[in-house]
Amino acid sequence: MRIELDVNGEQLEADVWAGESLLYVLRERLGLPGSKNACEQGECGSCSVLLDGELVCACLVLAAQAEGHEVVTVEGLAGAEGLHPVQAAFARAGAVQCGFCTPGLVVTTAHLLERNPDPSEDEIREALSGNLCRCTGYAKIFDAVKLAAGT
Amino acid sequence: MEVVSPRTLEEALRLRAAEPGLMPIEGGTDVMVDLNFDRRRPVGLLNLNEVPELRGWSRDDGLLRIGASLTYAQVRQRPLADTLPALAEAARTVGSPQIQNRGTLGGNLGTASPAGDSLPPLLIERADVELASVRGVRTLALERFLLGPKRNALAADELIAGIRVRPSGARQTFMKVGPRNAMVIAVVSLALAVDREREELRAAYGSAGPVPGLVTASTGERETFPELVAAAAEPIDDLRGTAAYRRHALRVLVGRALERCWA
Repeated sequence: MRIELDVNGEQLEADVWAGESLLYVLRERLGLPGSKNACEQGECGSCSVLLDGELVCACLVLAAQAEGHEVVTVEGLAGAEGLHPVQAAFARAGAVQCGFCTPGLVVTTAHLLERNPDPSEDEIREALSGNLCRCTGYAKIFDAVKLAAGT
Repeated sequence: MEVVSPRTLEEALRLRAAEPGLMPIEGGTDVMVDLNFDRRRPVGLLNLNEVPELRGWSRDDGLLRIGASLTYAQVRQRPLADTLPALAEAARTVGSPQIQNRGTLGGNLGTASPAGDSLPPLLIERADVELASVRGVRTLALERFLLGPKRNALAADELIAGIRVRPSGARQTFMKVGPRNAMVIAVVSLALAVDREREELRAAYGSAGPVPGLVTASTGERETFPELVAAAAEPIDDLRGTAAYRRHALRVLVGRALERCWA
C-alpha cells in the first residue's frame, strides 16, 4: 500500500507492507536512519520520535497510523543555524560513547525541555526512563540535559 | 494484509462486523510487538486512532464515561487523576513516557493480560466495560469481562468503546513490584481502596492469578485483610517470580496500602 507521511515538515510518499512500523518506513523506505532500530518492542527508546509533538517509540507506531499526523525525527531537530541546543550540549558534555542511543536521548531531551525548561533531577530521570544507554552510566547524559536546560 | 482507518465509530463497527479477522489496533504497544516479531499475521488491521467517539472522557451525574482511546498520559492528568487516583498512579508505572503516550485503557482491556496495570485500579472502582457492535451497546462488569490470561468476553463483531465507572471517592492507591521503576511488567501489583462510606475494603491484585482478581471485606477486617488477599490470589511460578514470592509480596503490599489509605 502507498502511504503519505509528513516527516520533518516534508510530505513524503512510500510504498509499504501494511504491517510495517513507522521506524521501518523511516529507515528503510525514506532514507532517515537517525532513529535507531534495536529492541523493536518499545523497551529501549532508541527510535524515539515526535508524533504530533508527543514522544513515542517509532517501532510501536504502525506506519499507516502516522498518516495525517506530523512526525519529527532526530534529523529534523538541527536548524539552518546548526545543531539543536540539546545536540550541542550532548557533544560538549561528552554524553556520547558508542552513540547508538544518542538520537533517541536527544529527541527525548528536546521534548522534555520544550515542556519543562528547568527540570529537577527526578523529573529528568523520569523523562529519560524509557531510553536505555549501556555505555555511559547516564551521569554525563544528565550533565548534558542540565547543560541544555541552562542554554 | 491491509490497514483500514475508519473516521467514525459507526464505520468502525461496520468494518468489524464485515471482517472479524481485522485486528483492532489503538496505541500499538502490544499489537506492534507481535507484528514486529512475526508472532501474528492478521488479515488486516483496524486502526482506531481516528475514531473521535473513542477519545476523551465525560461526566454525567457522577457517572464517568472514559473513551477506549484514552492514553496513560491522559489518565495521569488532572482532574481525571484526582477522581481515579489509583488508576493515575498505575498509569505512571506503565512502561515509559513513550509507552504512556501511546498505550490506551482500551488496549489494556483488549490485551487482558494478568499483568495489565490499569485493571486492578478499575476493579476496585467496580468499573464496567462498554462493548459496541452493529447490534448495539452492552456493558459488562470488568470482573466478568476478564476470562483468562489474554482472554476476554469481547465478541467477534464487538469493539471496546469505553469504560463506565462511578468513582467511589474512597482513599486508594496502587503498588507494583518489579526490578526497576520503568519498563517493568509487574511481578505482582495491587490496587486497594478503603471505602469508609460503604465500610468496605477492596483490593485487586495483578500478576498473581489467571486474571486480576477483586477481594473485598468489611473495614472491621483490617487485621486479617492482607492474609485474605494473599490467600485469594492464584499465582504461578514463571520467569518473573515464584508463586510463593508473589503471595508474600501481596501480603506485604496490602499491609502497606492499608497504612497509606487508612487515615
